[in-house]
Amino acid sequence: MSYILILIGCVFVNNVVLSQFMGICPFLGVSKQMKSSVGMGAAVIFVMICATAITYPVYRLLEHFGIEYLKTVAFILVIAMFVQLVEIVMKKMMPPLYKALGVYLPLITTNCAVLGVTIGNIDNGYNFLQSLTNALGTGLAFTLALLLFSGVRARIENCDFPETFKGVPATLIAASIVSLSFMGFSGII
Amino acid sequence: MEYLIPLAIFAALGILAGVLLTVASKVFAVEVDERVDAIAEALPQANCGACGFSGCADYADAIVNKGAECNLCRPGGEAAAKKIAEIMGVEVTAAEPQVAFVRCSGDCSHTPHKYDFDGIQSCAACNRFYDGSKLCTSGCLGYGDCIKVCSQGAISIVDGIAVIDKAKCMGCGLCAKACPNGLIAVRRISQAVDICCSSRDVGRVTRSVCPNGCIGCKLCEKNCPSGAVTVQNNHAVIDYDKCTNCGKCAEVCRVHAIRSIMGEKVEVQ
Repeated sequence: MSYILILIGCVFVNNVVLSQFMGICPFLGVSKQMKSSVGMGAAVIFVMICATAITYPVYRLLEHFGIEYLKTVAFILVIAMFVQLVEIVMKKMMPPLYKALGVYLPLITTNCAVLGVTIGNIDNGYNFLQSLTNALGTGLAFTLALLLFSGVRARIENCDFPETFKGVPATLIAASIVSLSFMGFSGII
Repeated sequence: MEYLIPLAIFAALGILAGVLLTVASKVFAVEVDERVDAIAEALPQANCGACGFSGCADYADAIVNKGAECNLCRPGGEAAAKKIAEIMGVEVTAAEPQVAFVRCSGDCSHTPHKYDFDGIQSCAACNRFYDGSKLCTSGCLGYGDCIKVCSQGAISIVDGIAVIDKAKCMGCGLCAKACPNGLIAVRRISQAVDICCSSRDVGRVTRSVCPNGCIGCKLCEKNCPSGAVTVQNNHAVIDYDKCTNCGKCAEVCRVHAIRSIMGEKVEVQ
C-alpha cells in the first residue's frame, strides 16, 4: 500500500516540477515538442532509478563512518560518474537508444531534480524498495509535467499573442497556470 | 582522524570513478571518422533538410558512411560542394543555385474570398474548410505557413499572396513542402519563365475566379519553338530541360499566367 501511496504522491500531489519547482530548466527547455519531451522523460526516469540504486549504498557507507553531512557532494560525484559511464557503454552497445537519449543524458547529469530525489529518499527515511518507487514516481511525474506542458505549448504556438508576450513570457505564464492546476491535488494524501 | 576518513573515502570514490571511466572509454571506444566532423564544419549548419537528411550532421555522416552525393547542400551551394569534394577526394560538379517561386497571382484585387476565416491563422487550417477561403480552390491563402518554415526570412505576404525574395531565398524547398496547395515550386535560378497559376480547373471555372489564372488555351503550347510547354489538365507545364528562356510563351499568354522574369535583375547571394 505504501508503494502505491508513494507513487501517487510523487506524480500528483508533490509533482517534482509543478509543486516542488525542481528541474525547471529542462521543463522549459525541452518541452517545445512532444517527441523530445518523451525522450527527455524516459532519460530522466532511467537516470533517477539508477541514481537512487547507486546512491543508496553510498549513503549507507557514509552513515557507517558518520559523515552523512557530505552526502550532497558524494551524490553529485557518484551520479555524474555513473551517467558518464552509462553514456559511454550505451554509445557502443545500443546506438539507437544512444541517439534517442543521447542529447538528454548529459543534460540531466547534474540536474537538481535527480539530486532532489536521492536526497529526498534519505530525508523521508525510505528503505531501498521505497526509494526505487519514489524515483520511478518522480521520473513519471517529470514526464507527465513535460508532456502536459508540451501540449500547452503547442496550443500557444497557434495563438495570436501580443508581441510583448511572445516567446518566453507566454511560456512562463502558461507554466504558472499549469502549476496552479496541480495545487488541486494538494492534501489528498 | 575525523578529517582523514572523509578525505580517504572521497579520494577513493574519485579514483574509482576516474579509473572506471578511463577503462570504459577504452573498452567501449567508438571509432569516429574524422572526415565526418570536417564535412560538418564545411556545411553551413542551417539544418534546413533540403539535402534530404535530417540536418547537417546527419548529411555529413551520410556522405562518409552511406556514399551520399557531395553537392546536395543547397544553402552551401558551390562553395560547400567543393570543400566536401576536397575532403572526400572526389571530383564534383556543383549544383546550380535554386530559388522557390509561388505559382499563384490571385492577390486580393484579383481573387475574392468566399468567406471570412476566423480560425487558427494558418493555411493548412483554412484549407480544411471548403478548400480555403479564396474563391479559387488552388490559390495562395496568404496565412503564411511558408513564412513560418523559412529560415531566411525570404517570404512575405504582399496583397494577400506569398512573395519570395529571390535574393534571400536559398532554394531549400521547405516552403514548397509546407504549402497545403502545393503552389511553391523550386527551380534553377537561371530559368526565367514560370507559370503564375496552379489551377487545374477547366478554363471557364478558372476564369470566373481569377483574371490571371491559366485557362489551358494552348496558345503557349502552339507557339513554343522548342516544344517545352505542354498543357496538361487544363494547365500549362514547362519542361525546363527543353526551355531556352526565349520568353515566347509569356508574350502570347493572354491572361499573363506565364511570365518571363528575363528583364528583372536577379541578384544571387
